[in-house]
Amino acid sequence: MQSLYEKPKAFIDTATHFCPGCGHGIVLRLIAEIIDAWGIRGKTIGLAPVGCAVLAYNYLDIDMCEAAHGRPPAVATGIKRVHPDHIVFAYQGDGDLAAIGTAEIIHAANRGENITFIFVNNAVYGMTNGQMAPTTLLGQKTATTPAGRDMANYGHPIRVCELLAVLDGTSYLERVSLSSPENIRKTKKAIEKGFKTQIEKKGFSLIEILSPCPIYWRMDANEAMRHIDEEMSRTFPLGVIKNWEQKN
Amino acid sequence: MKQLLTGNEAAAEAAIVAGCRYYYGYPITPQNELINYMSVRMPQVGGAFIQAESEIAAISMVHGSAAAGGRTMTSSSSPGISLKQEGISYLAGSELPCVIVNIQRGGPGLGDISASQADYFQAVKGGGHGDYHTIVLAPSSVQEMADLVYDAFDLADKYRNPVMVLGDAQVGQLMEPVEFHKKLKKNFPQKAWSLTGAEGRKRNIIKSFYPVKGQLEEFNAHLQRKYKTIEEHEVRYEAVNIHKADVILVAYGTSARVCREVVKKSRQLEFRVGLIRPITLWPFPKEIIRKISEKVRCILTVEMSAGQMVEDVRLTVEGRCPVHFYGRTGGGVPTSSEVIKKIVEIVPDNRAANTLLHLAEVR
Repeated sequence: MQSLYEKPKAFIDTATHFCPGCGHGIVLRLIAEIIDAWGIRGKTIGLAPVGCAVLAYNYLDIDMCEAAHGRPPAVATGIKRVHPDHIVFAYQGDGDLAAIGTAEIIHAANRGENITFIFVNNAVYGMTNGQMAPTTLLGQKTATTPAGRDMANYGHPIRVCELLAVLDGTSYLERVSLSSPENIRKTKKAIEKGFKTQIEKKGFSLIEILSPCPIYWRMDANEAMRHIDEEMSRTFPLGVIKNWEQKN
Repeated sequence: MKQLLTGNEAAAEAAIVAGCRYYYGYPITPQNELINYMSVRMPQVGGAFIQAESEIAAISMVHGSAAAGGRTMTSSSSPGISLKQEGISYLAGSELPCVIVNIQRGGPGLGDISASQADYFQAVKGGGHGDYHTIVLAPSSVQEMADLVYDAFDLADKYRNPVMVLGDAQVGQLMEPVEFHKKLKKNFPQKAWSLTGAEGRKRNIIKSFYPVKGQLEEFNAHLQRKYKTIEEHEVRYEAVNIHKADVILVAYGTSARVCREVVKKSRQLEFRVGLIRPITLWPFPKEIIRKISEKVRCILTVEMSAGQMVEDVRLTVEGRCPVHFYGRTGGGVPTSSEVIKKIVEIVPDNRAANTLLHLAEVR
């Protein structure tokens, strides 16, 4: 009998530590599906961040390395220098990549590191009980912006893809979301595109994924998905921002 | 064949000979000769050189290359080493081998760029957060810089632990003849734990995070057992003229060079002066200092700091004899005359009074 849908082999069978309705489990599963389908378990090395996805290695059955908060781009660079032909990816959240690790991601991008970055943007610090992220929307209430994020005190949400697009070192930048089965399929395609960019040695790729955090958005799961489509995507427009295949 | 090199350059070349092929650094005086040398040599030997965007990024790149099984190094000077402490704690907590060279300068803060030994506490007590130690080697000449940097890589691999080579602006920048007599490292120990892609084997994970209650305490116990083994097996020191000495000087690095001169000059004094020069600052040469403290009148620790290593000497001596201190701070280097004057002041009997103070000026 043919099996149409099953747990990927590279996805470890364990209880999840993520909150109900969280998007991380979906993204990790997509990565595992690609590792299975492409048969790249033996040549893939992943970086786990500090933040909600700190335990990413509990779910992916591949060689993985921890990095200090914000440092995955630098640690991944060190790994890639030793194994230039391996597929190295860093999995990072919005605090990790766009606040404490801003210098590391910008310079990894500027060097054109041949590494894929999976940037999960849920506009909030989930791990530490829901404080403001650099990507928190204007007006969004968090533990540290109880009256809502205001521009005067905290500036605007940072659009990472657009910020990196101006650097000549970046090759593939796409923003996707997890708000529907269709968008999840697009997310998988985008991650595949990132890995392909790396395998073909075309340089720096980053996939920004708008991901739900119902707990700290204080919404139910359906509202959270609608929030991505109706609010978040307005600040962070979906689509391919930069594609090496379309250069010149 | 002997070459005339600065200590910084000798450290870089020794790392190449030891098989280091992954170097990441950020420019800072007084260690610039090292990063500059690496930018030329690494491409010649097919290695990786990156001038990182920050000290934090440099030590994190070291983390990555160490996790991937490479021999890797970074170097800096005091303010830069402070920035690297986050990474060093993670490296120690992940049990990753690497070499960190600290060419100390004056502090605190931006301080100045002249020689200092004021990072002793930071180097030997851990430096970053958590219960950990780096092995700390303290060269006092350019030749010793080359020899210790070479050994540092083997020690790092042997114990899966970061090793710090603690120099200062003087040892880093003075030029002396140096010979790289150790052979070019080509065969390295297998690192079955490293990240190479989990082809045909169970996956490897490099981490320092132990969120399950009890696991972290177990891991810390393992670390402490490892540190005890290092303390038992890796102590290095040099003893000069210690037989029947009245006064023992304890000094390392540049201060030890000054004290060696003091020992030479002291032959004209009415009492005998010896020197114990710790080569490993951690593990600290406790046994020899404890033994000698039962035989001498007093110990004088000489440092380019306000008094840091002297605390370890006192902890070791446990009151068996008086432990005195002479130090200079903020880029000051003690002179042999200053040290002799201090000895005359502290020798606890009238023999000191018989010594004419002009001997302090002996040439």
